[in-house]
Amino acid sequence: MATQINNKALHTYLLRLADSSLTMGQRLAEWCGHGPYLEEDVALTNVSLDLIGHAQIFYQLAVALSDDSQTADDLAFLRDSHEYRNPIITELPKGDFAYTTLKQYFIDVFSVQLYQALSKSSYEPLSLAAQKALMEVKYHLKRSEAWVERLSLSTDEAKVRMQKALNDLWFYTPELFETDAALNELIEQGVIADLLALKTKWNEQVKTLLQRCQLEIPESGWVATGGLAGEHSEHLGYMLAEMQFLQRAYPGCEW
Amino acid sequence: MYSQGLTDAKGQEEPADLLAEFQAKIDREEKIEPRDWMPMAYRKTLIRQMSQHAHSEIVGQLPEGNWITRAPTLNRKMILLAKVQDEAGHGLYIYSATETLGVSRDQLTDELLTGKAKYSSIFNYPTPSWADMGAIGWLVDGAAIMNQVPLCRCSYGPYARSMVRICKEESFHQRQGYEIMTVLARGTQAQKDMAQRALNRTWWPSLMMFGPSDKNSTHSAQSMKWKIKRFSNDELRQKFIDATVPQAEHLGLTIPDPDLKWNEETGHYDHGEINWDELFQVIKGNGPCNKERLQARIDAHENGEWVREAAQTYQQKQNNQHNEAA
Repeated sequence: MATQINNKALHTYLLRLADSSLTMGQRLAEWCGHGPYLEEDVALTNVSLDLIGHAQIFYQLAVALSDDSQTADDLAFLRDSHEYRNPIITELPKGDFAYTTLKQYFIDVFSVQLYQALSKSSYEPLSLAAQKALMEVKYHLKRSEAWVERLSLSTDEAKVRMQKALNDLWFYTPELFETDAALNELIEQGVIADLLALKTKWNEQVKTLLQRCQLEIPESGWVATGGLAGEHSEHLGYMLAEMQFLQRAYPGCEW
Repeated sequence: MYSQGLTDAKGQEEPADLLAEFQAKIDREEKIEPRDWMPMAYRKTLIRQMSQHAHSEIVGQLPEGNWITRAPTLNRKMILLAKVQDEAGHGLYIYSATETLGVSRDQLTDELLTGKAKYSSIFNYPTPSWADMGAIGWLVDGAAIMNQVPLCRCSYGPYARSMVRICKEESFHQRQGYEIMTVLARGTQAQKDMAQRALNRTWWPSLMMFGPSDKNSTHSAQSMKWKIKRFSNDELRQKFIDATVPQAEHLGLTIPDPDLKWNEETGHYDHGEINWDELFQVIKGNGPCNKERLQARIDAHENGEWVREAAQTYQQKQNNQHNEAA
């Protein structure tokens, strides 16, 4: 290998991947037992299960890069919100089925494109993990895309709900492509995907569907930012308080 | 909607030769299939029992679903999610199997949500600690397996076949529950206490899962004759106790029954009197979580109404477009 990979930067990026999958999976799990019908209950928990599995794999890659003795579970259950690296969109509340569906669709398009690109990473463990995750997120996308269309082109109520979801979510999406100096270095080395190129691809694909669904992209809003630097919304703290409760209340136990 | 066959048969005498042939078929251990003639009471008994079973799987998602977001490790979270998802899948199979008797899932759901149909009383108890995930898997799924393994040989084909797959998954659920208990019982004092409290909470309600004692069971004799049931409530309960006591001893936990002791003569464990009044109260709707559980299902159904309507409307629009194009 010609250039030395910046391990610290790669570690942070692996956390970003893992934290994104975990927070998405955790939110989807809230639907378990409460889905709009049984088949969807099963589908939503299935996606959740895949995402938590991806999180575990990415945490394990981060563990392998690190000198300290932290485990994947330590990373998930013993870090506070300022140490989480996910973009804010993945920690947003589950909302109604329209909001969950559109959010999932945005992430699914992103994940398919991202893992396709990461499959070619020069860092082999990441390339292998991305190839595995890619097979699953392709199914997720098929499902969420079909639902976005089904809901948007059906009843008035569903359409209103989808438009509201789009208004509320749209300006959280640019953060998916955010980079910093350290990530740019990894991009240049071919270790991680070129996020700027992905942004163009993502916008093309998503806007085509939104247009077909007769949904209008809102003109302005607060453009989310900060997750990469550990700056999050108010929602993440509550999520972690719930998720980390046992590990915090009974430190050092085996479960 | 009930099928024509069922409504037509209302109040009419069933032909003796058909009844005799039906019973003979059952006695020969042949399966009854959906298109076969069957007595109305057999059909009704199965619809009642199978739909209660399906409802129990669906309501049964809630007490454990309660801990998915708080599971202590990534592995535990994934296992619990997969398990609760299995329960939803079981509900689906059994609803489908019940539909072969001429009743729709919509109607069955309606009966659940309006409180007309029952589900297993065990799910009306709360799960305040993580150890309840262990106790439910170990005891509740353990009791369910005792009840369900004989159902794999039930005389009604679709029910019997759905139980084969369900029992395989339940046995995995039972083992994961016991494994949670094992880890807790070997853990810190706080974890052991947590496990003991969960056992204290779950023990008696799991014994009640086998239903009233044989002297008071209204449906048993006929169901045995029809080979829907193979063992009596008390027989299955005893089998469960005999299998479970050594497991509790192995864990170092104490079963909350001072009268529990091995009886050399019978080769079984004797146990204390079950509080039947509690069971009948919970069945009547007066358990600790009856209202919450049913309300959670009603909320899911009502909040999902617009989604189901949207999916239907979309499908109609697609069909119309397709027809216009043709």
